[in-house]
Order: sequence, then C-alpha cells, then structure tokens
Amino acid sequence: MAEIKLETVAKTFGAFAAVKGVNFTVDHGSFFVILGPSGCGKTTTLRMIAGLELPTSGRILLDGEDVSALRASARDIAFVFQLFALYPHMNVRQNIGFPLRCQNYSRAEITKSVEETAKLLRIDHLLERRVGGLSGGDRQRVALGRAIVRRPKAFLMDEPLGALDSEFRRLMCGELRELHDRIDATTVYITHDQLEAMAMADRIAIMNQGRVEQIGTPQEIYDRPNTMFVADFIGAPPMSFLNVQASLQRGDCNIKIDGIAVEMPEVLADRAEGRLALGVRPENVSFADSSPLRGRVIGAEYLGTTQIVTVTTANGQVKARLSSGQAVQVGESVGLALRPDRLSLFDAVSGQALPSALHVGGYHG
Amino acid sequence: MAEVALADVSKKYGTVEAVRGLSLSIADGELVVLLGPTGAGKTTTLRLIAGLERPDRGDVAIQGRVVTNEVPAERDVAFVFQQYSLYPHLTVYDNLAFPLRSPARRMDEKTIRRRVQQVSELLHIEQKLDNRATALSGGEMQRVAIGRALVREPAVYLMDEPLSSLDAKLRAELRLELKRIQRELGTTILYVTHDQIEAMTMADRIGVMNEGALIQQGTPREIYERPNSAYVASRLGTPVINLIPAELLGGDAMPPNARTVGLRTEHIRISSAGRPGPRARVHWVEHLGDQNHVHLKLDTHSLVTLADPVQQLKSGDEVSLEFTEPLYFDQVGNRVHTDRYGGRA
Repeated sequence: MAEIKLETVAKTFGAFAAVKGVNFTVDHGSFFVILGPSGCGKTTTLRMIAGLELPTSGRILLDGEDVSALRASARDIAFVFQLFALYPHMNVRQNIGFPLRCQNYSRAEITKSVEETAKLLRIDHLLERRVGGLSGGDRQRVALGRAIVRRPKAFLMDEPLGALDSEFRRLMCGELRELHDRIDATTVYITHDQLEAMAMADRIAIMNQGRVEQIGTPQEIYDRPNTMFVADFIGAPPMSFLNVQASLQRGDCNIKIDGIAVEMPEVLADRAEGRLALGVRPENVSFADSSPLRGRVIGAEYLGTTQIVTVTTANGQVKARLSSGQAVQVGESVGLALRPDRLSLFDAVSGQALPSALHVGGYHG
Repeated sequence: MAEVALADVSKKYGTVEAVRGLSLSIADGELVVLLGPTGAGKTTTLRLIAGLERPDRGDVAIQGRVVTNEVPAERDVAFVFQQYSLYPHLTVYDNLAFPLRSPARRMDEKTIRRRVQQVSELLHIEQKLDNRATALSGGEMQRVAIGRALVREPAVYLMDEPLSSLDAKLRAELRLELKRIQRELGTTILYVTHDQIEAMTMADRIGVMNEGALIQQGTPREIYERPNSAYVASRLGTPVINLIPAELLGGDAMPPNARTVGLRTEHIRISSAGRPGPRARVHWVEHLGDQNHVHLKLDTHSLVTLADPVQQLKSGDEVSLEFTEPLYFDQVGNRVHTDRYGGRA
C-alpha cells in the first residue's frame, strides 16, 4: 500500500515535451487509470513513477518520501509490462519465485510466499507445471504472480491486457480488479481502451499532449466532461456535438439552435455571442415526431441489443443509441429529442466546458 | 459468381487440425468476417486462400478458377496484415506505388501516379504522400498498408486483424472508413477478427469459427438472434449472454431436452420481489458510463443484465425476474427449438 503523488512533473526528450507539468495523487489502495491516445505521455508518466525515467522537473512522492531521483530498484514498486513475459524453461513455481531468489530470500520464505501468491491467484494446483503448456489465462496469472510475490508498495501496469483477445480481456479486467481489492494494493494502470478504464478504475486521469485534461471517477468523467477532448475520447460511440452560434445569460435553461429552443441544464455564467458546441451522448437521444429539431438518417449500425443510428442535421451529425427493435429507414426525416438534464455545453473554440447546473451535480441519477 | 469459394478445405500442422472441412463462398462485393478466438483457424483460412499454405484436402477457387495448386503471385489476391509492414526507407508515395512497379505488372508511371492519387484521396492521406513512412502516426501507417493493397485492384482482399494494433479510438474510426471504402468501390473482402463489434458493424455476413471449423454463417442479425449453439450465442452481445442450467428455471414452455437456457439482457425483465417468476438478489451494479450492468445472483448462478436507468437498484435488493423469448440448448450446447419459437428460428 502506498500513496503516490506527482507535483508538476515534466519530462522533455530533446526538444520534445512528452509530459508538461502533471499533478495528481493516487490514494492508498486505489485503482488509478491513466487513459489517453498513443503519444499523450501516459507511458512516460508511468515510467517516471517507476524510476525508469527521471523527471526533467517536478517531484514524485511515494508515501510522502521524495523519490524523484531514486533509481527503479530503490523504489518499492512492481512494474507489469504487456504480460506473458515468462521464463519458458522454468515451471510455475520457479517463475513466481524468481524475483525472491534474486533478492536472496531463504528457501523456506520463497516456498511460503510463492504458495500464498499462487493460492491468491487460484493457480496453486499448477505450481509444478511448465509454463509452456498453460492456457493463456493461466500464463497471465503466473506473470501477475511474479509481480505480486514481492508484495511491493504499488503496482504499475502498462497496457497489460493489450495483446489479448477482446473477450478474454474483459474477463481479465474483472480478475485484475478483484485481485487488487484482495491484496489491498495501490495500482496505476495505463490504457488507451476506455472500456477497460471505465470497468476497473476508482479514478481516471485523461491525458492529451502531455497534459492531464481531467481527473475523476468514471461516472464523473463520462457524465460531466470538462473538455470536448474528454467528451470525444470517452464513450463508444463518443459524444455528438451540435454547432451553435449563440449568446447566453446566467439562469438560461435553454439554448437556441437556429431559432429552436432546446432545453438544457441551467447556465451559470453570462456568455457573449460566439461559437458553441452542444454535446449529447447517444443514449440521451431519442426520436420524437413532434420535435422541431430535425435531421435525416444516414446510417444504422446493428449491435445486437441496440443499434447506433447516425442522423445528419443542419448543425452537425448526431448519433443515437436505440433499441434494435425500433425500425429505422435510411433517408427518412426524423425529429430528435435530447434528454435535457444530460446535455453539455462547450466553447467550440477553446474546447472548454461552460459552467452549467450539470457541473454542480444538478441532476439525480 | 462467387469471388472466392472454399470447398471442404482442411489443413493440419503435425497433429493439430488448424482448419477442418471448411466450406465458404464469398460473393462479388461482399464483406465477410471470420470471427473467433485465437487459435480458431481464422488466419490459416486466409493463408490458404492467399496460397501461403496449401490445403491437405479440398479446393480453393477464385473467380470460378480452381487455384489450389497455384503460387500466391498467380492468385489475384491482396493481403493486409496486422502489422503495417511498410518500407521504412520509402516515402508514402513510393510505398503505395511499390506493388504497381513490380516487373510482372509493367505499369507506366502515369497510370501509377493516377492510381496512387486516387487511393490516397480515398484514405485521406493525400497530404502525406511525400512523408517518409516512418514519419506517420500509427493510424496513418495502417492506412498506407491498406492503401498498398487497394492500388492493386485484385479480385479479393484478405485482411488479418488490420485494426487490432491501433488505439481503440482510431480503430472505431477506421472501421467505419474501411466499410465506407468497401461500399464505394464494391470490393470483395474476407476480414478476420476476434472483435465482435468489428464483426457486427462491418460484415455483410459473419462466419463464426471454433477449433478449425466454421460453426455458423449468416448476417449479423441472424447470428445474434438465431445462434445455432451456445458457443455462437456467447460470441456476440455485450454483456455476454447468460447461460443458466435449465433445472434452475423450470417452467412449462421448456422443451424436454433443454439443459441450458440462454438469456440475453433484452430477454430479462426485473420487477420488484413478490411478482411471479424466479427470485434473484442484486449482487452489485457496475457503472460503465453509457451502460450500467446489474450483476444478479439467481441461487448460486450469476446473471449480468443492463440496468434500466429509471429503476434504482442497489446491492442486496430482492427482485423477481421475468424472461421473454429465451434460447434453449441441449447438453452438448446445440440449439433446441420449441414449437413456440421454432417458427422464428
């Protein structure tokens, strides 16, 4: 268990600024996910926590102790890369015990720790097996075992499930999270897959171009994105944006889209006329014949339980998640109803969210 | 006429039967997706069509011509691999032009220029033609790799998880783009993936594979709504279909040889305890942003279903379940049809 704190940590490689002043705290026992596209600086951030890179500026604190200048081996942290990096000539017991043998633990201590770890991962019946003959899942559990056998203060995981089948990945997500809870670990986990992040994280930090765009619980980030980048990165399909030219006054509860009033959470600050983007998630869009906000269906993607219907309007494309049972014709004109209490509003130029009742938790659900 | 036809094709590696008696035909302009887990035989099937492997049994025909004994170069196919495999020392333009400059084709530079231009516009990489291949982002590199297959205009494209090494976000964008290009050009594609969303959204038809065999083929809707086995039923759908032992549910409508009942989330209705139907307990509610999954305990079995946002469920709640149109499977997992539902299936 450990608390990890980053204070304005930055890293440059030559002229390239990979990480530009990142601040966050990972609490004791929490599962913290850094999410972002490739090149956003998430792996560099993780490598700095591990001590595999030294920050150009800023401080890294582990349980309050400044470890910024300590090498990886001097930090009590385990790093899990894309898994499956096992020693093929050793059996399961030897693979898990390897980190302890390197640190000259006694034979009895190793046996005890390895067996405890194996039991925790429910692979204690496989200890004498060679790793070559194991199923993918069991190999992964062995690799995890090797990371947790030392009982380090924190686990750092760099896309550990990236190389796996999507189906198997979902299963391992559940297992990893359960393991984290069972051993009361502090975990920093990196991924570009928002579903993994949503399923596992206590808190998510979304990174973009070396900066943290937003930190929050999965639900906060999903429901109340701070920027258009976050709104667009989270959600499959992501949030749709309607382009609006409008001015707003504090207390307004609707916005005019080409003269059509669309109800939205109460606006909390005046806003001069400018380009805005009204954001709506697909599950908050439905078809309503009576709605004056109209568009034309240009495609439907069947997903089994639901379908994603793309509608083009005069103000941009909107995606709606509807039941698969609902009949939709490509080319037909439809009225759109947007769920008022879940709409986000952004400055279309800066991408920043405008303050509304949405952000003060002004809804229930 | 079928662009590609596989007739009872088998391939063994040592004692492992990688592909077992597989028959499949792909029509002109069709996008067929082979879906299955790692080791199901999907890639071997592609390699058999490309001529990178020779079948032990059965025949491969392309545009009506049996090509089983032809080398890859004689077959009119283009292969797109999972890894980009571009020439790092060449520009994007030269990477795209490379297949057309092969001595076997003898195409003049003017025609090459026109083709490369066309394809690069289609893939939205026309601004990058002078860049070195290594100076591109992952998504752009994969577009170039796809482009290198497109310039050739072969009878069929074989694509082996072409999007799986990309960011989730980029994958979703390229998925739509690839489908758009396929529609615009009317190309024939056999596409291999283990990602059910890719299969559902891109395929005209899906072929579900398991252990070397093609278990079922049909449109995404057919495969989802009318799976012929519990295995196929669990390949599609999020959350995954719930498979419950039949004796736990009972009921009159159940066929006598049903051993397992398959319940998709849309087939489960949750109501307050006391209503008729099996009783269950809410184990926990998982918030995934757009969807909330309710984990239920029915006796010792777990069920996962989508939560209705207006229904406020919390851990420990006792509820009654009502099932509509369940799927029944026998003891080996094959679908059992009832009179009541047989008409649909």
